[in-house]
Amino acid sequence: MSATQGTPTASGTPATPVPEQPSRWNQAFREITTGNAIISVLAVVLALFVGGIMIAFTNDGVQEAAGYFFSRPGDLLREVWNSVSGAYSALFQGSVYNFRRDTFAAGIKPLTETLTFATPLIMAGLGVALGFRVGMFNIGGRGQMLIAAALGGWVGFAVDLPYGLHMVAALVAGVLGGALWGGIVGLLKARTGAHEVITTIMLNYVAFYLVSYLLREGFLKTPGSNNPKSPATKVTAVFPDLLGPTYSLHFGFILAIAATIFTWWLLSRSNLGFQFRAVGLNPHAARVAGISVKRIYVYAMLFSGGMIGLAGINQVLGTTTSGFGAGLDSGIGFDAITVALLGRSKPWGVFAAGILFGAFKAGGFSMQAAEGVPIDIVLVVQSLIVLFIAAPPLVRAIFRLPAPGSAPRRALPNVTQEVAAK
Amino acid sequence: MSTVAPAVQPASPAADNRPEFEVVTSWKAPIAVGIFTVVAFLLFVAFGREGISTLRLSTSSDLIQLPDLELPTLATGIGISVLLLLITGVSVWMVRSKRRVPIWLISIFAVLFLIGFLVWAAAGETIPVPGLLFGSLSLAVPLIFGALGGVISERVGVVNIAIEGQLLAGAFTSAMVASLTNQPLLGLVAAMFAGVLVSMVLASFSIKYFVDQVIVGVVLNVLVIGLTGFLYSQVMAPNAELLNQPPRFERINIPLLSEIPIIGPVLFRQTMIVYIMYVAVAVVYYGLFHTRWGLRLRSVGEHPQAADTVGINVARTRFWNVSLAGAIVGLGGAYFTLGSVGAFGKEMTAGAGFIALAAVIFGRWDPIRATLAALLFGFASNLQNVLSVIGSPVPSEFMLMLPYVITIAAVAGFVGTSRGPAASGKPYIKS
Repeated sequence: MSATQGTPTASGTPATPVPEQPSRWNQAFREITTGNAIISVLAVVLALFVGGIMIAFTNDGVQEAAGYFFSRPGDLLREVWNSVSGAYSALFQGSVYNFRRDTFAAGIKPLTETLTFATPLIMAGLGVALGFRVGMFNIGGRGQMLIAAALGGWVGFAVDLPYGLHMVAALVAGVLGGALWGGIVGLLKARTGAHEVITTIMLNYVAFYLVSYLLREGFLKTPGSNNPKSPATKVTAVFPDLLGPTYSLHFGFILAIAATIFTWWLLSRSNLGFQFRAVGLNPHAARVAGISVKRIYVYAMLFSGGMIGLAGINQVLGTTTSGFGAGLDSGIGFDAITVALLGRSKPWGVFAAGILFGAFKAGGFSMQAAEGVPIDIVLVVQSLIVLFIAAPPLVRAIFRLPAPGSAPRRALPNVTQEVAAK
Repeated sequence: MSTVAPAVQPASPAADNRPEFEVVTSWKAPIAVGIFTVVAFLLFVAFGREGISTLRLSTSSDLIQLPDLELPTLATGIGISVLLLLITGVSVWMVRSKRRVPIWLISIFAVLFLIGFLVWAAAGETIPVPGLLFGSLSLAVPLIFGALGGVISERVGVVNIAIEGQLLAGAFTSAMVASLTNQPLLGLVAAMFAGVLVSMVLASFSIKYFVDQVIVGVVLNVLVIGLTGFLYSQVMAPNAELLNQPPRFERINIPLLSEIPIIGPVLFRQTMIVYIMYVAVAVVYYGLFHTRWGLRLRSVGEHPQAADTVGINVARTRFWNVSLAGAIVGLGGAYFTLGSVGAFGKEMTAGAGFIALAAVIFGRWDPIRATLAALLFGFASNLQNVLSVIGSPVPSEFMLMLPYVITIAAVAGFVGTSRGPAASGKPYIKS
């Protein structure tokens, strides 16, 4: 794990000649407790704990019981336990398995919901992660998704093509739309040096207003309707269901897996991916080595935007096929950043992080419905997870874990190193 | 001085070995200006509109009444387009003769273009100029506070993407505290505390734990949106009478100054937060460039190692100045609830923090320029509001898009080569 991180200080030799070899089990234990995996798990636990405190504090029953704490302290504890466990069991039952259903087929439905929610998060997260690996911060997920949905969605409802081919055409149009919107950013950075954080934020708004206009008066308008909403996607372009009509899981999830494999191949097996990583780690060294850094910026943003465009078209062809509005992205563009950070910009890490956040999303809705806990708590827990993961020393200090012994303390996670190397 | 001269002298005979001395000229400005001139000719002349445009310059409550300005739309359009063409010609000539296009020329160009657009859009209608400017300033106030906080924070070397979160935290806390205590001033103080709190998280994570500052900023925004949204739904909304009815600041008319035609009512019939903002802009500008505090702050942001060598505590300077930036941004948040809207709503800042960030960069990390940029963005947003009332000839979405397109054009065209503080965004690891 740490070998691929390529920390500049880790290349020094003093780490290897350890005078006294500790036992293998001891070593393995230390690696687990000091490595990334345990930090990630502890960060999730810690964030859920903080979320639990917030749920308990704002619960009416808890507040009531706190009023007579000194006469019956047990009541308070019971109320706290009830509110927090109720909320989190609703979260679990809404995202993984519902024990209140009779059959397995009905009980497992929440898990398929989770995967459906995870699909666009994985796709967009991969796009953001690609940007991170090249040292670019793509905050433009919202705009790229909207443009992708506009172009792909138009192909989906306005063009007549046979079944299958239609879907592919819409997919390609959508990915091209996202790539175009991302490519503008890459081109501006390469040509004029405009910072991508600014241009992506600005293009988000430009895309939002552009698509709003198109939905109101342009080619995305539903004829004879005043609702700023597009017509429904034609049946020939809709993603097929994976598990039959009772589940919402659709072909998009297969695409998400394929996108993960493609990103992994691109980054670690292809020539272009090598150049991506070289520029990300040190653009100056990459330039000296003969890599055209500007060209790589454009390519990286094309791929990054295309991947996020896939998330956008996934929403139109898979999740909301009845027509889309300008709020189509529903925060996925920003969630993708946290997904990429949690996944440490590694394709399979992003995949896992996307599923976790998909579970939070699916469970959050049922938590809100069953226990009345606002879904905003999910945002709090998600951002806390990322904050804790970004600062391993903090988590170690809280849980009194040993710092990585002989290895030097890694100052920054992988992503930040590349962003900082610019 | 004279001791240096001999050392320089021997270099000049070898001049034929060196590449010739060349002034770096950029064609970006003339190209951008040219594009806007073409747009002007297309819009104002080719698609020119007949009629009379009326610009109302006074409100009924003014002491000095100015007459309404009535301009023939097409003729004014032609006149302004010709003027714009002249400026384009001048800028091309300046670049050809290896000179830089001065910023004031571009400013004149921008103002002329805006007037031309206003006249074109108002064909056959009346535009109340004081109202337009007043609304622009109200929209710009939180942006200016945000931009000032951004400037301080970035000048000391910490990228502040969390402006949005600081604004939102300030808005929430000020609404709550002001409603509970019925004292808008206490709400203002609470907003500053909330901004500082968000800033301290940003500062400690980026300075103590060396986490990438952009990442902490982005995550903090999500965290604050989640926290305020959660508390709003759970605590504030059920007890709205008690917790979400803050008293608003009264308007204070400054005698004499508020009677200046056109700008008087706009600038000097405002609430206390706006007056605090004027003071803040002046103090931040003076402090940054004319005091020891400012010099230390900038040195830490430009070259922390050098600052450390001369005995400045880099980590402490960064921590407290980022916290100060949070306090200033928090004031901007309070303006949402105590100044303009009057109650807290979920995600009510609606991206203002990001526009403030754009103003910081558009304003080249300078408090005055950033303030002007924020005013420009406020103007563009409010222009859309005014035009939608009189029946805008352009779809409202394109008007709303304008500030963002201008920012992209500016970042790519005019300030593309501008550089932020050298060490901004980089953690300082003392060795």
